[in-house]
Amino acid sequence: MFKLISQRLALGFLTLFAASVLIFSGTEVLPGDLASAILQNNATPENLAALRSQLGLDRPAPVRYVEWLSNTVHGDLGVSLANEWDVAEEVVPRLKNTLFLATYAAVIAVPLAVILGILAAISQGSLFDRFVNGFTLLTISVPEYFLAYLLVKYLAVHHFWFPSLANVTPDTPFFSRLYLLFLPMLTLLLVTLAHMMRMTRASVLAIMSNPYIEMAYLKGLPKWKIVVRHALPNALAPIISVIVLNLAYLIVGVVVVETVFVYPGLGQLLVDSVSKHDVPVVQACGLIFASTFILLNLTADVLGILSNPRLRMPR
Amino acid sequence: MKIFGHKIPFTALIGLVIIAANAFIAIFGAWISPFDPTDMIGDSWADADADHWLGLDNLGRDILSRLIDGARLSIGLALMITLLSFSIGIMAGFTAAVAGKWVDIILSRIVDLLLSLPTLIFAFVVLSVLGTDIPVLVITLAILDSTRVFRLSRSVAVNINALDFVEAAKLRGEGLWWIIRKEILPNAVPPLVAEFGLRFSFAFLFIAALSFLGIGVQPPDADWGSMVRDYRDMISLDGMQPLYPAAAIAILTIGINFVVDWILAVHSNSTTTEP
Repeated sequence: MFKLISQRLALGFLTLFAASVLIFSGTEVLPGDLASAILQNNATPENLAALRSQLGLDRPAPVRYVEWLSNTVHGDLGVSLANEWDVAEEVVPRLKNTLFLATYAAVIAVPLAVILGILAAISQGSLFDRFVNGFTLLTISVPEYFLAYLLVKYLAVHHFWFPSLANVTPDTPFFSRLYLLFLPMLTLLLVTLAHMMRMTRASVLAIMSNPYIEMAYLKGLPKWKIVVRHALPNALAPIISVIVLNLAYLIVGVVVVETVFVYPGLGQLLVDSVSKHDVPVVQACGLIFASTFILLNLTADVLGILSNPRLRMPR
Repeated sequence: MKIFGHKIPFTALIGLVIIAANAFIAIFGAWISPFDPTDMIGDSWADADADHWLGLDNLGRDILSRLIDGARLSIGLALMITLLSFSIGIMAGFTAAVAGKWVDIILSRIVDLLLSLPTLIFAFVVLSVLGTDIPVLVITLAILDSTRVFRLSRSVAVNINALDFVEAAKLRGEGLWWIIRKEILPNAVPPLVAEFGLRFSFAFLFIAALSFLGIGVQPPDADWGSMVRDYRDMISLDGMQPLYPAAAIAILTIGINFVVDWILAVHSNSTTTEP
């Protein structure tokens, strides 16, 4: 098991490294570089050459990559092209906001999804099961902004229950933050709940057809006890993996939700920077999002190995 | 009701009707649209009336006509992306499976790497440099999406490649391209059809999301995603306007999912009942 996990960790860090190369070279190999992105229509050959040497773009790409990477791991994310602010100073508070929103949604969504999934599996085929199934199929299919605007219309505009804009500042106290973020959280909750709940249900049901479950029935155990004691531990690996994948989705999927609710998070910054061609900010945000995504996937794999008895004790 | 000897469930029938209606609107939109989608025919945000069923938009254009016009771009772009990503993905996937050895290893590692990155984020990095012209959008998304098609078509083709009739064709001395076209492709169609539906709805949602974020389709062109963006301020004034294009996106996605679910169910049944 140790070998398996260390292999997986090594592969994860290799992916992380490759992702940084890709993000760097994405702005490098492609036609049109940073200088022409800044100058847009004013790009005469002389202007371009001058700006390239000013930005240090005339040096070879591998040299600049190593420099960029070492600056990045030391916390120096460069300077924004749009307003010449220090990127790190702009990114850190926004990253905190994004993580706050994602954690808020995850803390409610994960237990709820597992409980609903188990309940649906226990009462398979019942009215409750069918209702939950149909409802989650709908929330999977519709785009986030449709859900978000529906919620805003009926919970913020028709009834003034919740605010439609999540305009938090760094000194917003904790509980009013929770209140301001209720609708963005609810949107993310609805979108991610469905996947996690359906996966929990399917994994528990797949285990329920095993002979040892039938044995437990024949012993006369009550149904909830069979599910909790015998089925759930064996269904844990796929459930954990889909939960972590959805957490990764939460971090990345916040981009749209942040835009809808004008929430000052990392995703909103990323979108703004893409339309402004602000490459250093896009690189920094892209790297943060990509590493979060890769690290969460890595966690899913490691937890999957740890929770699987057969992988824990290889023959 | 039966098609090809399979009973169609109610949900799949709804899905087929939705897809057919959307395809009709996308193709014949210019003829059925009540007004010119670019004409300013009244006050901005005028309410719905007998002539203008969904009201007018921010510049006084008929919203229903704009929705009908937007179908062409929304669905057309998604279709182009999916067709391109399938051509790339299937070609690469089948080649990897049939050629084997180092071709397979190199292609598979590249795809693994691309799949380990969040698609949306990588698309952002590319679009920030290349800008958001429509050909750039289509090619970027098609390449990113083709990784998933590669995975599926490779695994399907590996299974087919191990069968006797492919071995016979190889012994006859047929070339790589002939084997892919005549032996592998016809046998790989059912799983690929379901995947086509899934990839289409993914591309459709993806391009709409990019347009909604303002980095997809740019004015004066408008697809459903950018219409949601244009109309979004009306939601705080209790307007329905942004919900119309958003609902159009949601309905088509649900329709496709219904049909895909059915195809997958039929496919898994037919493969399990066969000996």
